[in-house]
Amino acid sequence: MDKIFRVNMTDLTTKIEAVPAAWAGLGGRGLTSTIVAAEVPPTCHALSADNKLVFAPGLLTGTAAANSGRLSAGAKSPLTGGIKESNAGGTAAQMLAKLGIKAIIIEGAPKTGAWYNLAVGLNGVTINEEKELLGLGNFAVIDAVEARLGKKTGVLTIGPAGELKMTAANISVKDPDSKIRSHGRGGLGAVMGSKQIKFISIDGEGAKPVTIADPEKFKTAARAFSKALLDHPVSGEGLPTYGTNVLVNILNEAGGLPTRNFTTGQFEAHDKISGETMHDTIVERGGKPKHGCHAGCIIQCSQVYHDKDGKYVTSGFEYETIWGLGADCCIDNLDDIARADNLMDDIGIDSIETAVMFGVAMEAGILKWGDSKEMLRLLTDEIGKGTALGRILGGGAGSVGRTYGVTRVPVVKNQGIPAYDPRSVKGIGITYATSTMGADHTSGYTIATNILNVGGYVDPLKKEGQVELSRNLQIATAAVDSTGMCIFVAFPALDIPECLPALIDMINARFGIALTGDDVTNLGKYILKLERDFNQKAGLTNVHDRLPDFFKTEPVAPHNAVWDFTDEEIDEFWNF
Amino acid sequence: MKITLKLFATFRNGRFKIAEQELAEGTEVRQVVLSLGLTEEEIGIVMLNGRHGELDSTLSHGDILSLFPLVGGG
Ligand code: SF4
Repeated sequence: MDKIFRVNMTDLTTKIEAVPAAWAGLGGRGLTSTIVAAEVPPTCHALSADNKLVFAPGLLTGTAAANSGRLSAGAKSPLTGGIKESNAGGTAAQMLAKLGIKAIIIEGAPKTGAWYNLAVGLNGVTINEEKELLGLGNFAVIDAVEARLGKKTGVLTIGPAGELKMTAANISVKDPDSKIRSHGRGGLGAVMGSKQIKFISIDGEGAKPVTIADPEKFKTAARAFSKALLDHPVSGEGLPTYGTNVLVNILNEAGGLPTRNFTTGQFEAHDKISGETMHDTIVERGGKPKHGCHAGCIIQCSQVYHDKDGKYVTSGFEYETIWGLGADCCIDNLDDIARADNLMDDIGIDSIETAVMFGVAMEAGILKWGDSKEMLRLLTDEIGKGTALGRILGGGAGSVGRTYGVTRVPVVKNQGIPAYDPRSVKGIGITYATSTMGADHTSGYTIATNILNVGGYVDPLKKEGQVELSRNLQIATAAVDSTGMCIFVAFPALDIPECLPALIDMINARFGIALTGDDVTNLGKYILKLERDFNQKAGLTNVHDRLPDFFKTEPVAPHNAVWDFTDEEIDEFWNF
Repeated sequence: MKITLKLFATFRNGRFKIAEQELAEGTEVRQVVLSLGLTEEEIGIVMLNGRHGELDSTLSHGDILSLFPLVGGG
């Protein structure tokens, strides 16, 4: 039977609990958000003992289903002040699922200054005082934990940014190569830091395959699902070849590539940082153009990027990071952006929030446009060391904007707006405005339909159809985020009719239940409404479902588009 | 008339990134696609002057035509 592991950091006790009936059908985001909504006072300080940090693998995690190995982390976010779920690949989710752990709930906070590590295993969690690894970067932590506990140990860790409770701090997850994937957004690393936990180790000893109620049915569905993933041109060919960074040139052509802190929609040096150039560079230097963030990923959008001498620089090098440090900061040196990506992984800071932040910092005059060397220095010497300036930068785009009196600050609910200009790609603007997570492209990825012709086509420059598009995608995404699936399964799911039924059949075969498509839609709606309710109680209401004013008043080239939705039109989103 | 043709992702293999093309008045996007040895099914996104275009869009002097296979990310 699956169980809940509960860790109390105030009195340093741990418990194993049965899964309440109401939580049995939930996993991933559905479960973390349900637990946070049930147990965290919405008005609490996100870094106080009242907040709880919850980890949950998805409903299909640990099974043979392709791309199902994602882990959800949830809490009240210190960045947005609302509820947060952030999911990541790595090895932890599948280990937890095979140990029969439905969720880990970490509550309370130590009364002294001591720091701890948690050791998770088949028989529960032990809390150990930790001294040796404090202050270290995430790569060193992973190496040290492997040396201490064995190569196969799973690791969730925070770097200096999390220890210092910076609101852009993330939680790193060890991947199959002992490198890093991240629960990036919303400052969850600061929540882990507030509980004074440097790392969580996972011992897979005694793990068993997850039980499948109807193995035959599962096998058939899993096969159909994998086939859909491999047949679709985006998940079967585009993503493995070029990674997500193929979007640089596409968004540049569409005039939706935010450049120079969102003052224009095209970047002159786009080709130097593009997916095409990156692919050729990786191949030339003996890196890996395709790579999975967890065992069982058959899309493999990730990659391993080497320097000129053929040495590892970074992996999981995403479009949003490259866009942010590239176009938005006017940096045309892909090697320096790769170095920054690695530093951010090591320091443990969200690469999207930090990239958006640097655009604001350049506008504030903290460093010059395009100055990649100074950016690397600020990461290493200021953020990494936690100087006063470093803490301001580590607070994200909103923090720098407030401190330096900048008015062009691209955030919603204080979370940095990623990689797609909402004036020229209007559907994503509705997602940024209404998402319970703050500005988050993944929560309703309208780029698929606005730009990529996946799931039909809705003209990105017109208002018609955008609210409905974003609503449908946000509902579907909330459900998919509960399965442990990577969100890129949405590309085939939008176009190939067999894909979604196969996904539902796998869930049914796993648990011996009979969900229909409507049940899955209702799950998505339940999650969004639950998260919205938490946010409203926390003080985030419809007036926070808005984009910053400058999007309304500053037309963006080349289309001279402005954000022209009325408040009432945006609020229509919640009519479901 | 002259247009600027830009190719992306796998379409660049054995071809080019960007080229000027001299075309007869009234040429449609489809004809350009076929002249490259590409099939209609291979085309993911057509962009004409930064807006989404169609295979039967008619080209005009000075147009910028961009062709992408079906790719994506996020
Ligand atoms: S497609 Fe990319 S993000 Fe998704 S599971 Fe695979 S490597 Fe991870």
